[in-house]
Amino acid sequence: MNLLFFQAALIVYALAAAGYLVYIVKPEQKWTAAASFWATSLGFVLHIAYFALRWTESGRIPITSFFEAANFLGMGIVFVFVLMEFRFKIPALGSFMLPLVILLMVPALVISGDIKELNPVLKSGWLGIHTSLAVLGDSAFAFACIISIMYLIQERQLKSKHLGAIFHRLPSLDIMDTLGYKALTLGWPLFTLGMLTGSIWANSAWGTYWSWDPKETWSLITWVIYLALLHLRTIGWRGRKMAFLSILGFAFVLISFFVVSRVQVGKHSF
Amino acid sequence: MGIVVVGLSHKSAPIEVREKLNFPEATLPEALKKLMSYEGVRESLIVSTCNRVEIYASVQDTNAGIDRIKQFISDYHGLSREDLERSLYVYPDAQGVRHTFRVASSLDSMVLGEAQILGQLKDAFDISLKTKTTSTIMNKLIKKAISVAKRVRTETRLAEGAVSISTAAVELAKKIFGELEGKNVMLLGAGEMAELAAQHLLGNGVKNIMVANRTFERAEELATEFKGDAIRFEHFPDAMVMVDILICATGAPNYVVKRDMVTRVLKERRNKPIFMIDISNPRNIDPEVDKVDNVYLYDIDDLQSKVDVNAEGRSKEAEKAEELIALEVETYLQWERALDAVPTIVDLREKVEDIRKRELDKTLGSLSGMNEDQKRAVDIMSQSIVNKLLHAPLVVLKQAASSTDTTDNTLAVARRLFNLDKELKRPGHDRAPEQEAPAALEKGSEAKCRE
Repeated sequence: MNLLFFQAALIVYALAAAGYLVYIVKPEQKWTAAASFWATSLGFVLHIAYFALRWTESGRIPITSFFEAANFLGMGIVFVFVLMEFRFKIPALGSFMLPLVILLMVPALVISGDIKELNPVLKSGWLGIHTSLAVLGDSAFAFACIISIMYLIQERQLKSKHLGAIFHRLPSLDIMDTLGYKALTLGWPLFTLGMLTGSIWANSAWGTYWSWDPKETWSLITWVIYLALLHLRTIGWRGRKMAFLSILGFAFVLISFFVVSRVQVGKHSF
Repeated sequence: MGIVVVGLSHKSAPIEVREKLNFPEATLPEALKKLMSYEGVRESLIVSTCNRVEIYASVQDTNAGIDRIKQFISDYHGLSREDLERSLYVYPDAQGVRHTFRVASSLDSMVLGEAQILGQLKDAFDISLKTKTTSTIMNKLIKKAISVAKRVRTETRLAEGAVSISTAAVELAKKIFGELEGKNVMLLGAGEMAELAAQHLLGNGVKNIMVANRTFERAEELATEFKGDAIRFEHFPDAMVMVDILICATGAPNYVVKRDMVTRVLKERRNKPIFMIDISNPRNIDPEVDKVDNVYLYDIDDLQSKVDVNAEGRSKEAEKAEELIALEVETYLQWERALDAVPTIVDLREKVEDIRKRELDKTLGSLSGMNEDQKRAVDIMSQSIVNKLLHAPLVVLKQAASSTDTTDNTLAVARRLFNLDKELKRPGHDRAPEQEAPAALEKGSEAKCRE
């Protein structure tokens, strides 16, 4: 499989990330934000092109190997970012989200990108639905985590009263708190649906809905954490505490994604 | 003919007196018309804010003019002259010009460098223009004052201090709340800086202001001004549950807002953030409060640290502004003197020519048997006598027109020596108008305390 489009997308993302980082430290360079947004959009198009090519070549949705999953999660995050930037115009998001995308895509590069034969038992329409929902849920959680980090930085600036250049670049606490919460209210149902469809798929493939596979267990923990977060929010938790919890939740997502899938043996190991 | 400023301000009179002499905006045209009916008042403008009530006028005779204006204030507000004299100040001529420029440039304000007063002066000028109570001199004076204020603004950094503290507060609020629309502000206590900050917040979309003050009347007064609600001081901790931005300036000697109070409030408002600005000295909000989550407490020093012009720097800026104003007063006075000199010279010429012609006609009429050449010779002789006689006075008048000596009264002397003002007196303004003060006083609460 030719990695040309993948590499091109990665390079363009790297340029965009660099542009966004310049934007956040050098406030006078206003054009960097606009240029970076265009670069990100271009990268996204290349990324989709790569995804489509891979889909045609393998004859199934390319989301079954670790490489493909990381690639898909990266795409999901860029998608969420482009959407958010388009809607809310917060270029500082790019300074945090694109590095995360690169962090996801570079390890994918190291790992084999070869197309593997899929276990015939898994060939089902549920594959695409289950994985898409799970990855979209993860993307929303990634967004919530990033915006929580930004929130904590801004909160620190305001509390310490030392207002640096980044203070002017980051949006208001209110919008970050709200967006972070919205991302959770969107991510959690998607994640839940991902688990449900996975369960249905498991039943059709192996005849059991739930088998305490390590990934299933971790996902359940992650699911409970985010459920707890949503509950705490309704009883008045917000701001700093919520931001910390949101970051913690995403740590579980990452562990589940990078560690559990690879290290432990189970149905989800790639 | 000259400029006089008669009035009172936060420097000369307490608020209780200033309130009594207030001219609500709606009554200004009528008040101006009344003032114009006093003898010798040629042009007039009234500035009425809660920090100052001032009458700017150009009058025929300075001393008489001052007396008439004082009489007007006394008549209009139904106060005795004695009571009035204690709080009033008077700036005649050059001093009046200087005072006008200083007021416009906010050098006479409580908060040095704040911009509100310039807007208020412009508003007052607009009203006078509409009522047609100003003309050449006042128009020039006020326009000049506005341009001087702009020069002071751009050429000194005087305004930065005042503006940036409020601006910093607004900027911080925006970084906490995003848009300020729909946010609730509470003003705890009163004071120039606090009001200024509240004013800036209002200008940035805040709609709802609550005012709590130890004297409830003052709270009501401020609430009316900001179109907000007054609350009793002892109720403020309960009301704080709804407050997003708290501006504190009570002048109390101890902490009024304490940590446990804030912790309780935060719990009740489900941790929705509160931005607290403590402008009081000594501080009224316990610094411990800042340790509560979702509370952002800034005192005046925190805000000021964002402003690099320190107190020392600001007084230097004020000095610069004063120098600039002194120069501008000179250019203005030159203009005024030239304005005075030109009609004086014209008047003098006309008057002398008039006398010459009359006397010539008389003489020629009584002499018979003169031929045309002889008649022309007599005419020329009279002309050259007049010219020779006028030469020295005209030279002196022209010099006086461009002189920088403010005590130079050559023009006035010339007008008196040649009796030039007699025909200029306007008839029919001798009687003082009826008193109609009480109606105006009732509207006193509309005082604009924004300066």
